[in-house]
Amino acid sequence: MNIIRYHKPETWNPFDRLENLREEVNRLFEGSLPGWGGGLLSGWNPTLDITEDKENVYVKAELPGMKKEEIDLSLHDNVLTLSGERRQEKREGEGKAIREERVFGRFQRNVALPAPVNSEGVKAVYRDGLLTVELPKAEEAKPKQIEVNID
Amino acid sequence: MSTLTKSEKPASDTQAWAVPRVAIHESADGYCLNLEMPGVNKEGLEVTVENHELTILGHRSDPNLPGEPVYRESRPVDYRRVFELDPSIDTGRITARIEHGIVSLGLPKAESVKPRKIAVTE
Repeated sequence: MNIIRYHKPETWNPFDRLENLREEVNRLFEGSLPGWGGGLLSGWNPTLDITEDKENVYVKAELPGMKKEEIDLSLHDNVLTLSGERRQEKREGEGKAIREERVFGRFQRNVALPAPVNSEGVKAVYRDGLLTVELPKAEEAKPKQIEVNID
Repeated sequence: MSTLTKSEKPASDTQAWAVPRVAIHESADGYCLNLEMPGVNKEGLEVTVENHELTILGHRSDPNLPGEPVYRESRPVDYRRVFELDPSIDTGRITARIEHGIVSLGLPKAESVKPRKIAVTE
């Protein structure tokens, strides 16, 4: 059974150590307190990053182990809603679980976008367990250069 | 920290790693590990076995999002996790694959340790 032992990452950066400790503690609470730190619907929520440039808003979500058909994406009142369900796949001859840190079930995240976007032309790609969404900004949200003539 | 005290390479000690979540299943034939490594593809995955230690390294290949950051939850670091292998595992037959950010490892048990039915003779 000593397959389950592992080294904690060795690092000299105390803040990274704290970060790892925080993750470990978060993991402790997951499962025992469903919904704690997450939505009402489930015990897990995908990690999100948001950026923007002049033309677009970009959203990236970590959704490892899903199929793209299981991911729902919708846009309403400039709020992007990401939802779906990650199912635990039962494989033939997989045996009994001796360690389970992965979380399964439904998730939902609502993202209030930092600028008005045009719902036409939203692009989403799912690759290597990451969902990347590109949302073009509405014309009125784009910065405009105004020519002022000075006499 | 476990009783394992093998010294790590100093170069990697200064680097920060994310610890991927794992699920481990055990059957009569062996162990099955599934690790979550979003952003890692086949080229970025390194699995090594040395002295009954299994090291799984995942180098993220996803590019940073363009533009200015508005909100960030992810950590832009690679993944690493080390397991001590039970001596019953046949390290020559370990298999690894990656799909949708999930690394799946098969660790078969050596034939000699599998349960066997012994025929009873008079």
